[in-house]
Amino acid sequence: MEMLQLTARELSRRIRDGEISVKETVDMYREQMEKMEPQIHAFLSVDEDRLAGRIQEVEEGIKSGRYSGPLAGVPVAVKDNICTRGQKTTCASKILENFVPAFDAEAVKRLEDAGMIVLGKTNMDEFAMGSTTETSAFGVTKNPWNIEHVPGGSSGGSCAAVAAGEAVLALGSDTGGSIRQPAAYCGVTGLKPTYGRVSRYGLIAYASSLDQIGPVGRNVQDCAALFEVIAGHDAKDSTSSQKAVESWESLTEGSLKGKKIGIPKEYFAEGTNEEVKKALTDAIELMAENGAEVEYFSLKMVDYVIPAYYIIACAEASSNLERFDGVKYGYRNMESTELHEMYKKSRAEGFGEEVKRRILLGSFVLSAGYYDAYYLKALKAKALIKKEFDQAFEKYDCILAPASPTTAPKIGTSLCDPLQMYLSDIYTVAVNLAGLPAVSLPCGRDSQGLPVGMQIIGDCFQEKKILQTAAAYEALRGPFPMAWEKEEM
Amino acid sequence: MSGRKIDDATMDNVEILAKLALSPQERQKAMDEMEKILDYVEKLNELDTNQAEPLVHILPEVNVFREDVVTNGDGREESLANAPKSKDGQYIVPKTV
Amino acid sequence: MAKQYETVIGLEVHVELATETKIFCGCSTKFGGAPNTHTCPVCTGMPGSLPVLNKKVVEYALALGLAANCQINQYCRFDRKNYFYPDNPQNYQISQLYLPICHDGWLEIQTSGGTKKVRIHEMHMEEDAGKLIHDEWEDCSLVDYNRSGVPLIEIVSEPDMRTSEEVIAYLEKLRMICQYLGVSDCKLQEGSMRADVNLSVREVGSGRLGTRTEMKNLNSFKAISHAIEGERERQIELLEEGREVIQETRRWDDNKESSYAMRSKEDAKDYRYFPDPDLQPVSISTEWMNEIKSRQPEFQEEKAARYQKEYELSKYDANILTQSKHMADIFEETAGFCGNPKKAANWLMGETMRLMKEKSMEPEDLSFSPKHLADLILAIERGEINQQNAKKVFAAIMDEDVEPISYMKEKGLLMVSDSGAIETAVDEVLAANPKTVEEFHSGKEKVLGFLVGQVMKKMKGKADPAKVNELLRKKL
Repeated sequence: MEMLQLTARELSRRIRDGEISVKETVDMYREQMEKMEPQIHAFLSVDEDRLAGRIQEVEEGIKSGRYSGPLAGVPVAVKDNICTRGQKTTCASKILENFVPAFDAEAVKRLEDAGMIVLGKTNMDEFAMGSTTETSAFGVTKNPWNIEHVPGGSSGGSCAAVAAGEAVLALGSDTGGSIRQPAAYCGVTGLKPTYGRVSRYGLIAYASSLDQIGPVGRNVQDCAALFEVIAGHDAKDSTSSQKAVESWESLTEGSLKGKKIGIPKEYFAEGTNEEVKKALTDAIELMAENGAEVEYFSLKMVDYVIPAYYIIACAEASSNLERFDGVKYGYRNMESTELHEMYKKSRAEGFGEEVKRRILLGSFVLSAGYYDAYYLKALKAKALIKKEFDQAFEKYDCILAPASPTTAPKIGTSLCDPLQMYLSDIYTVAVNLAGLPAVSLPCGRDSQGLPVGMQIIGDCFQEKKILQTAAAYEALRGPFPMAWEKEEM
Repeated sequence: MSGRKIDDATMDNVEILAKLALSPQERQKAMDEMEKILDYVEKLNELDTNQAEPLVHILPEVNVFREDVVTNGDGREESLANAPKSKDGQYIVPKTV
Repeated sequence: MAKQYETVIGLEVHVELATETKIFCGCSTKFGGAPNTHTCPVCTGMPGSLPVLNKKVVEYALALGLAANCQINQYCRFDRKNYFYPDNPQNYQISQLYLPICHDGWLEIQTSGGTKKVRIHEMHMEEDAGKLIHDEWEDCSLVDYNRSGVPLIEIVSEPDMRTSEEVIAYLEKLRMICQYLGVSDCKLQEGSMRADVNLSVREVGSGRLGTRTEMKNLNSFKAISHAIEGERERQIELLEEGREVIQETRRWDDNKESSYAMRSKEDAKDYRYFPDPDLQPVSISTEWMNEIKSRQPEFQEEKAARYQKEYELSKYDANILTQSKHMADIFEETAGFCGNPKKAANWLMGETMRLMKEKSMEPEDLSFSPKHLADLILAIERGEINQQNAKKVFAAIMDEDVEPISYMKEKGLLMVSDSGAIETAVDEVLAANPKTVEEFHSGKEKVLGFLVGQVMKKMKGKADPAKVNELLRKKL
């Protein structure tokens, strides 16, 4: 068990030092998967051939010195909306059940260039639409802390895999909280980078203006290390920033002394669970005691973030998902002899209920006569939300908030009321609308033993600042166990 | 806006735009939920956006170009590898004329 | 009294740009590849692929906009036009609606009615669709994405045209500008220039526009003229019968010479345009615009004026030669090589155009080297070949771009400059025609022509008539 408890960086060091082979490392996680998967179902697929080939390649690459980075040799779980060449990428949707991409996503290419290994593809809400991983067409993922509860979503598989010890690192994607919220529910650390920081090339789009790929790990340092591997300019993504990426090693230099931290009052309103409030308040107190200058302030736009987010995200999704039509790839209704019948049946049979709902909503808000009232209005609200954050960052280094109003709900309780489910994204979506970076990390557990997550939000391209703050808090908090370490399941 | 936003005629149109064939039950459920969600998002109408310019692009970057140089070779095999139906290097669709 | 109707026409013209690569990916735009060989994840709409804009497309659009007197939107961006059709792999086309690159321009056209300005509403950049062909055997359609993502500029005119003559003049003007700029070869038959005709009729004097229809699939000037006449009549007939014109899209059938409505319940015509979040905006600085302006070529009007001044060509010749940039280039090069612009112009206006008409060629199809025509002109000047044989040589230059001097030698068309051979022929002719010689001496100078002809015949045409003349006079 000892090896499974190592951080990714420590694991890589031992691999590079020859204390453990790449094959042994992968086998160790495969064993853990065998043990945990029957209950957790974090993974959708493992490509044995690709994995075997990579193990050998990495083994040789480390010997030859080609792979010498701080994460060389480390296996990573990858969310199944991130393309892997020759390996099925399904978005947890029936419509892409057998889709095999012809190229690797840029993020995957970069982690392989750093000597890392794609361990397998993880479960998610279908097309990343959902907050529980229950909308997956291929079964629900369970929360490793309590398998009656959801892991959160949409990157539920990636976060559950790390929490269950089936992977030490994972890639997720975050459009409205899809890394931060499941990270909070699963008691792991997840980073949603600044929009434009990580290439979206090969990320199957949900809402292009909001989507970002980000790392999930056991702690802040590991996330920072994986972030550095995948971040940076990519000419294949027009929305990829040219700004240089800062090195993760500088994170340890951070202290809380003099850090100005703003806390939005509205994020502690009545909708937020008392136990979540308590965990957050304790964390804030601890940070204040250690030199952070904490101040409560008002983010008045909080009431408008959910409407703006769902209008924009659904509008873009309705267009992004038009390409799934049964012509070039994916599911097709073979009986149809008429073109539009083929489209309508293939899509109706291939997409799940939540995806269809968002496509319908998005088609409606963009349709003739409604564009101004809904879509344009939402873009204006987005401008005001961005402005409010800009003003806040004139005063504060970071903004601190709960990652979710509650801890992980029970399986089967969320989907019956979609609007209620949408409302639970209230503390995460504003970050995507404003393009900001935010890290989510555990700050306690509720009376049921479920983790509570806190997010630290920064201004655009200030990943270093939020990671430093998070690392400093993490050091004060002490190690937070992974679910599988807590009790044998 | 008042009254039902998603009436039958609107839903007919939305189904055509979204290219989705819904069963009667699915359709009714979708209509009710859309109505509820749209009622909620109309909260935005409380917001005074007269002074706001619609914000499309979060990043300030402009003029992201590539040079006019051929970089891709024959992509036929990969393009068709996932096609549900194909013939002679082309995708097959129900007749369009 | 019968009502008088006026036709009101606006055009939407699509021009395929002559770039090496597609608008959003590095695939080749070359014609003629096997189906789907010029494709990649981007232009086949693969999940996870992303577009990156080809800079050349913006430069071409700017050049065309400036040449058509347009205002430039210095901040422009792309929008998605959403509609399902298999030739469109993403089921949305990346185009520009809200902030097109150019707007409010005009072109001046010449018709029998005089000159007229046709206003341009806007111009925008967009991507072309793939090709669908019907498979008779399996009763299905086949999709080829080789053309998917080829860059287009759409030029939308105001409804300023009234006759098919004006429409053709506008299209010819637009084509000429594109060709001068090198942004497109604008071949209607090959589809690199396509025109959709928006047409309505109204009673003369009425200030209001009638309901218009849009006609598609017009791939020749002839089809455009016929479609305009046909649609005008159809609409007038409807109005005369007290029926309404329905706003619709109609497809022209070139074989049947008639149009039919393209109607489907599934074509909602609601494109749900919204800004494409995958592409960052384009910002066009004044410096960039000035740089493009400074690189603009000399256009037809200036060129024609210069030809009149510099080469002393007639206005008519200068105008004809400059209708095509390619023709004008051939002219200037030929004139440069032979140093005789008048002769160069004569060959192009005369023999070249005669042969082009015979072979129904466009000026763009001319592929001979100007140097070869120039060498031929010089050979004539040197008296090495006569006019009649020179035409034969030129026909070979047109066909196969032969090198004229060696061709003349090879075919034995060179003039005989050896005066001995001519003298012998002259002596023989004089000896054979004593009567004619007598007539000459008695003052009938006219007969000299006959004698020259006889000598030329003996020489099989390969003697310089002037030289023959001179020798005959001497001997007589």
